[in-house]
Amino acid sequence: MEIYEVVTYFTLLLLLFSAARVVTTSNVIHAAISLVFTLALTATLFLLLSTQFVALVLVLVYIGAVIVLFLFGVMITRAPLGKNAELDNDKNKLIGATISGAIFLLFSYILINGFDGEIVITSGSSTELLGEILLSRFVFPFEIVSFVLLAALIGGITLARKDEALVDEDQI
Amino acid sequence: MTEVFVKVGFLALAALNGAIIFTIMDVKGASWMQRRPGPLHVGLRGFIFPLAEILKFVQKEDIIPTEVDRPVFKWAPAYVMVSCVALFAVVPMSPTLVVADLELGVFFALAISSLGTIGVLTAGWSSANKYSLMGGLRAAGQLIAYELPLILAVVGVVIQAETMSLVGIVEKQIEWGVPFVVGGQIVGFLIFMVAATAEMMRVPFDMPIGESELTMGFMTEYSGIRFLIFYISEYMNMFILCAIASTLFLGGYHVPLLPTEWVNFYGPVVLLTKTAILGFILVAVRWSQPRFREDQLQNLAWKILIPASLINILVTAIMKVGF
Repeated sequence: MEIYEVVTYFTLLLLLFSAARVVTTSNVIHAAISLVFTLALTATLFLLLSTQFVALVLVLVYIGAVIVLFLFGVMITRAPLGKNAELDNDKNKLIGATISGAIFLLFSYILINGFDGEIVITSGSSTELLGEILLSRFVFPFEIVSFVLLAALIGGITLARKDEALVDEDQI
Repeated sequence: MTEVFVKVGFLALAALNGAIIFTIMDVKGASWMQRRPGPLHVGLRGFIFPLAEILKFVQKEDIIPTEVDRPVFKWAPAYVMVSCVALFAVVPMSPTLVVADLELGVFFALAISSLGTIGVLTAGWSSANKYSLMGGLRAAGQLIAYELPLILAVVGVVIQAETMSLVGIVEKQIEWGVPFVVGGQIVGFLIFMVAATAEMMRVPFDMPIGESELTMGFMTEYSGIRFLIFYISEYMNMFILCAIASTLFLGGYHVPLLPTEWVNFYGPVVLLTKTAILGFILVAVRWSQPRFREDQLQNLAWKILIPASLINILVTAIMKVGF
């Protein structure tokens, strides 16, 4: 076995452990930190597949923004230290297991069926190819996604702010 | 395999030495600007001071309070340190003296610099202390707010250089004959420096630490070697962000009129000189300006810097396409 394969399988094993820890721990912050490790290991896997761009997007968007906002949200509201009893929710375990199993099967089906079990190797810079494809063939979906994000942003602001707050803005 | 070890060693050495040089500069700046004679005279004209500081912190007891969340508390400084050291990997000291000339160098730097926020936040939370939590929250709010203008300011440079590789950006500036700061990115440079100062959490943006109100912010409960890691990381971050700013805006390892054939010899000296000049400006600002108020800080980021950087992108793009 080459060193590349050893690293890949080791990363996958660690990924499995940290992902399991995200859902089994009964402390919100520990779950969030495990999620950071899960995402970082996923980024490592993408790097091993030489897709730099996807790996860096994972780090920048998910670790740098989503998890930070998640931690920020937890801390600005309650910031509980120690175990959190609400997280041990036995009622919904079956639903959770069903949904995650279904997603796993769906993804496996698409990946195996879509590529016929073949390993596709492309040469050259994947980032450049990605940029070209996004701005030529997929330019409409790309623009629509940005529009949806804008709508979500405006919706978020509207929900979070009351009208009085807008009036009293200058009186902080 | 040897190459990897050499690179990692170079990285740690360069980042740590940069941090120590900037520490010396900071205390000497303080003593020069504020009449604090200590760092100018004690021990070899004050140059031995950082060594004494490091020894002091290393021999101190590493106190971990009983109520803290131990694993999180212990590992928080590591995230900050890792994000700082990894950031230096893409900074080119000369066309060949660079740890990794990534195709997406700029993007890598911005992605990695956002990792430090997690360390600061978890340090604040796990300390089980109100001051720490407040400091952590302030730090997170500040780092989130100033990361946007930092990224957007760099976009202008990327549009102008047509590449994201840091070596490529410097080569483009050599080709142009003038650094980007003269060639149309002056607004971008100012925005970048203001946002970078906020990212370093230095005065006038040091509310997360704010000695007079929060004791020491998210670092309150830390002592000994873990405090030292936070302390050194701050200067390391300062050194590396100044180096990145010199690379992106000031022409990196090259100055106009010097022959490009010799760039491998004078490259590191030129880059470090530029970095030190930027660092000196930050030191001068630190010892002469008062601290912002929290709402002023947020207003500056969201209402001035972000719109200004968006306009900068627009103007750069128009100039690029039109001329």
